[in-house]
Amino acid sequence: MRTADVVVIGGGIHGCSTALHLALRGLKPILVEKDYAGRHASGVNAGGVRQLARHLAEIPLSISSMEIWEHIQELVGDDCGFTSHGTVLVAESEAELASFKARVDDLRLRGFTHEELIDRAELKRLVPAVSDHCPGGVVSRRDGAADPFRATQAFRRRAVEKGAEVIEGVMVTGLKRLGEIWRVETSDGPIEAPKVVNAAGAWADRIAALLGEPVPLHVIAPMLMVTSRLPAFIQPVVILRGRKLSFKQLENGTVVIGGGHLATPYRDRNATVLDWTKLAASAETVWELFPAMRAATIVRAWAGIEARMPDDIPVIGRSGTSEGVYHQFGFSAHGFQLGPGTGAMMAELVATGSTNVPIDGLEIDRFRTKI
Amino acid sequence: MTEASELAASYELVVIGGGPAGLAAATLAAQAGVQTVLFDENPGIGGQIYRGITSTPVRDRAVLGDDYWAGGALADEARTSGALIVNGATVWTLDPTLTVGVSIAGKARLIQAKRVIVATGSLERPFPIPGWTLPGVMTAGAAQTALKAQGLVPAGRTVMAGSGPLLWLLAAQLIRAGAKIEALLDTTPRLNWLRALPFTPDFMISPLWSKGLKLLREVKAKMLVIPVGSVEAVGSDKLSEVVFDGRRVPADLLLLHQGVVPNVNLAIAAGAEHRWNSRQLCFEPVLDRDFNSSVPGIAVAGDGAGIAGGPAAAERGRIAAIAAVRALKPSASVPDPQTARNALQREESGRAFLDVAYRPADAFRRPTGETIACRCEEVTAKQVRDNADLGCEGPNQMKAFLRCGMGPCQGRLCGLTITELIADQRHTTPAEVGYYRLRPPVKPITLAELASLPISEAERKAVER
Repeated sequence: MRTADVVVIGGGIHGCSTALHLALRGLKPILVEKDYAGRHASGVNAGGVRQLARHLAEIPLSISSMEIWEHIQELVGDDCGFTSHGTVLVAESEAELASFKARVDDLRLRGFTHEELIDRAELKRLVPAVSDHCPGGVVSRRDGAADPFRATQAFRRRAVEKGAEVIEGVMVTGLKRLGEIWRVETSDGPIEAPKVVNAAGAWADRIAALLGEPVPLHVIAPMLMVTSRLPAFIQPVVILRGRKLSFKQLENGTVVIGGGHLATPYRDRNATVLDWTKLAASAETVWELFPAMRAATIVRAWAGIEARMPDDIPVIGRSGTSEGVYHQFGFSAHGFQLGPGTGAMMAELVATGSTNVPIDGLEIDRFRTKI
Repeated sequence: MTEASELAASYELVVIGGGPAGLAAATLAAQAGVQTVLFDENPGIGGQIYRGITSTPVRDRAVLGDDYWAGGALADEARTSGALIVNGATVWTLDPTLTVGVSIAGKARLIQAKRVIVATGSLERPFPIPGWTLPGVMTAGAAQTALKAQGLVPAGRTVMAGSGPLLWLLAAQLIRAGAKIEALLDTTPRLNWLRALPFTPDFMISPLWSKGLKLLREVKAKMLVIPVGSVEAVGSDKLSEVVFDGRRVPADLLLLHQGVVPNVNLAIAAGAEHRWNSRQLCFEPVLDRDFNSSVPGIAVAGDGAGIAGGPAAAERGRIAAIAAVRALKPSASVPDPQTARNALQREESGRAFLDVAYRPADAFRRPTGETIACRCEEVTAKQVRDNADLGCEGPNQMKAFLRCGMGPCQGRLCGLTITELIADQRHTTPAEVGYYRLRPPVKPITLAELASLPISEAERKAVER
């Protein structure tokens, strides 16, 4: 019988980060992953490391995460492909720019200064290739991008080096309370531990259901596509608000185009079916925003399976029904940047019973009456 | 010439690929009254084996041989069958909902099919030797394409190297067309012939036996054939010489070939289950006796279902088409599939012998050191082996670490090499290691082509926030 201090369910960047931070606190975590670390959303997302345009409830976590990203090499022994050229939210009309200004002003009143309104000239300076119809935007200058699979693997590797055990290809099938201990049944035998962290992504509702704690989780599969290599022409990550688009050029010259158009997910088969009419709409948006991209070649499109909550913010914190169980899922297509900081916060919460990073409004209890 | 805008939104049967399997399938289905479209990315039908069958400038029928010209009947039948044949049409996606994405002259369309027959044939097995990416090194298949389509024959000092029936066929065709070949370096391991002995009786009653013998005699009479254990292409900015077993020969062109393997990209991307074929050393789709894949409505016919050659491909196409017609139009009259099954069995009877006799040597499939494994991203064999040692268990993780298979060819030129290298290094089997998960578009399309997909205003609104 395996025993541990904490069983972490799910080997995405969140589970791996939490396992690493638990190990750094001297605890013995066992991470159980049904496929392999980074197989789904954590390994195949667009790689944006973004504080820009986040929900208020997430901003403290996002800022704490950013500080870790900026020293990621020291934490995991790998730079994770992290580069910092900012994220730019481009306004496509004066009306849109006015709404962006209201948001930035509101953030200032609340003490957050990472979002900065920019005019047409500064937008052209940051993103020379952008189409002339755009009057300005918002920049978060410390934002950037990283290599998602490499980052997730780096967290996994460092967690193991620091004493975590990572079991891959093994599925959690049951959770039973035995006195002060949780007995986690898996396809490879039981594990016993006093604490459990549910970081199971698109499958996290099934873990919650085992605890009698149903949540309205939607399985989604945001689509991405990538071009062949192009000469360097853009440094920051570019996102839009009115139309769905995220856009960035990697160091190798390829351009990753995303923005949240959804494929049809089949989570029991680890499969997705792409929706090309939506990708065509993406292509049309890029066509209009970056005329230089028109002859670019699309070499691959894909989608990663993940969880989305009805209010588009994650579930983080203690279980509402089960002592010793913690939730960390439902990142709703923007969880990659939050991984390092949320793992640190979760390890603190699990190890000490409290955390300095505010997570108000993210607890699972918010869904209790709504179901 | 059919344009993208002339296509219907849906067809009962979509056939992908205009080689013998696709032509035979489309012909049979259309004749049975099924609304059929055949998409083929080449300018004319025929596939690789009958490439240029309606247009080749090669007039001397002896050059390409009777087996080539036999494709003419298939092409004629298809053209009068009632099937819509669209050339210059690149299919870039097929999914389990039977949505087919196709581009014609820079314009893309999504077509809904009720049944699909994938007849995308084979491609040449990667031949990763030192220097294989140098200008002046090409595949024998590419040389054959140039001969059939344009009537081009290599000039300059030409060396052929490799193994397999197609290499011998091309050697004979090039000689007949007047090319001068310095040498044919035969990389077939000599022990293969012993291993193939048990399969000899079947081979001797198959049509391949006498054809093969004639071909070997013809080539050996006119060309220097040297059995070799190593081949290397050498040159600074282009090929200057070929080195084998410590000997060197100056050369301007090196033609490489070590057999063909199923072109699995479209079928894998569509979600069809595949398995390792340990005799043919390749992945092939898992199919039932009517060539239906694990994805309902998608069949795979021809060499894409496992290598068996052109005449077998046509029979497989007929069998798959009969199954498709029966599913779509149960009342339609179709031929008895047993006739095609019997013909197929005759064609396949000698295959095991050829597979074993021409099994490429391990050294030519599993390179070492600085030899390039992935051409698009310039990943070396050593990098792949080192990462396998570090714990990288499969091609999909390898992709993430080294970018191998992530270039425009989508793994066509490295997939098998990467799988075999990982298996070799981790002391396991290619079946255990598996293959790349392949993502559409399986053929690159431009942003402009994608943006040309017709989108209704309702769909446009649905994707805005």
